[in-house]
Amino acid sequence: MENNTWSDDQPIVSIQNVHKSFGALEVLKGVSLDVMKGEVICIIGPSGSGKSTLIRCINALNDIQAGSIKVEGLEVHDSKLDQLELRKRVGMVFQQYNLFPHKTALENVMMAPIKVLKQPKDEVEKRARALIEKVRLQGKEDAYPGELSGGQQQRVAIARSLAMNPDVMLFDEVTAALDPETVKEVLVTIKDLAEEGMTCILVTHEMGFAREIADHIYFTDRGVIVEHGPPDTFFDNASDPRTREFLSQIL
Amino acid sequence: MLEAFMEFFRQLAEDAPRWNFIFFYEERQWLRIVSGIKYTLLLSVACVIFSVIIGVVGAWLQGAKSKFVRRSVQGYIQFFRNTPPFVQLLFFYFALGQFTPTILGDDGWTEYPIISNIGWAIISLSFFAGAFNVEIFRAGIEAVPESTQEAASSLGFSRLQTYKEVVLPLAFRVSLPALNNNLVNLVKTTTQAIGIAVPELLYESVGIWNDYPSAQYPTMLLLFVTFILLVGVLVYGMHRWETALKIPGYGS
Repeated sequence: MENNTWSDDQPIVSIQNVHKSFGALEVLKGVSLDVMKGEVICIIGPSGSGKSTLIRCINALNDIQAGSIKVEGLEVHDSKLDQLELRKRVGMVFQQYNLFPHKTALENVMMAPIKVLKQPKDEVEKRARALIEKVRLQGKEDAYPGELSGGQQQRVAIARSLAMNPDVMLFDEVTAALDPETVKEVLVTIKDLAEEGMTCILVTHEMGFAREIADHIYFTDRGVIVEHGPPDTFFDNASDPRTREFLSQIL
Repeated sequence: MLEAFMEFFRQLAEDAPRWNFIFFYEERQWLRIVSGIKYTLLLSVACVIFSVIIGVVGAWLQGAKSKFVRRSVQGYIQFFRNTPPFVQLLFFYFALGQFTPTILGDDGWTEYPIISNIGWAIISLSFFAGAFNVEIFRAGIEAVPESTQEAASSLGFSRLQTYKEVVLPLAFRVSLPALNNNLVNLVKTTTQAIGIAVPELLYESVGIWNDYPSAQYPTMLLLFVTFILLVGVLVYGMHRWETALKIPGYGS
């Protein structure tokens, strides 16, 4: 870390030839991709193609067998790496929100900065209230997750992640568990973030959304990146037959 | 008022010799009961606290990386769950007690063991109930979704912080009903301390009915009533706690 020479003209997330297996099952078979600061990329592909695994490897929730993942120059899977250094840089939002059910919305947002970063409580609270407002949940500060709708919970989860001031946000199929009518409010929140210049990596099935906000789309199938490109090219002129087949089924 | 109360029981003892509530009219016997209840309370409170601590720490160690630590916890549980608590008590006091250092009394020649019989009773009963508490908390921990812990770790929580801030508070709520049962059992099991002459309520009661055989039934009655009240208070408290910890919109 002391020799970290990363600067923001280099990829903020750099994935090189990553292999990952669960037992005998090889899920990632040599995946490489680079994300520049401020970029929004979407990873799409059929279920079981390894996209969630890939995104989980970026913040070390899954380990890898070979290859390299760097975030701001930090080697993610270096066993000597202080995990906190990584987690401060990378925020993650999950499909099932995974809020802490015994804490109110506000407490959910405040917890990590206070307990992990040891920041002073009143300062954190001020920031947390601003974040709750940012995700348009003012008035819900004292509600428990169980009292909120799926879309509201997911927005609290986004605020909770942002409270750590990450440089990169990972979104793992964050609308897949939502009722259709609440999907939009979550997507709008993510769009706001992307427009503010947050680096975002999304795994998603919302093709329209991906097309709208992504700078770059990656299509994965059976553990490899089959094709990638800017959204317009990708959706209108996919060259690989697998991509075309997938898109024809889903669009 | 008190006079009349005492007089009533003195008269009752004369009219019906089997119903000699001697502790209600003779101060010395009354004080024995009071002292017995104090020790019963001391044992109960201390054992409840220590056994819960053992349960929390043990359940944490069950998730340890080291196989040796996990096996040790498992061994501990097997031993204390599968052997009679009374035998454990005797073993702690008579076997282990021999190897603990002693201190000299004020007179310069009496030796006192560093851990008294009361100390051994607390230790052995806490370990006994603690073994069950580990299992109870483990069941609670298993009810906390892995994904909630993942969320915590993705926010930078260490394993210990995740346990303290997320897993334990949730697991504890799930565990409360089972914990409640075990603690009730524990409070009742404190009477076994009579086996190593801890002067708790059963010990004092037996003392009284040995001295006054006519007081045997009344003293037994007193034992039952006292434990019903004691356990009643515990259950009421636990129930209140359970209600207070209820999370709106969760787990119902």
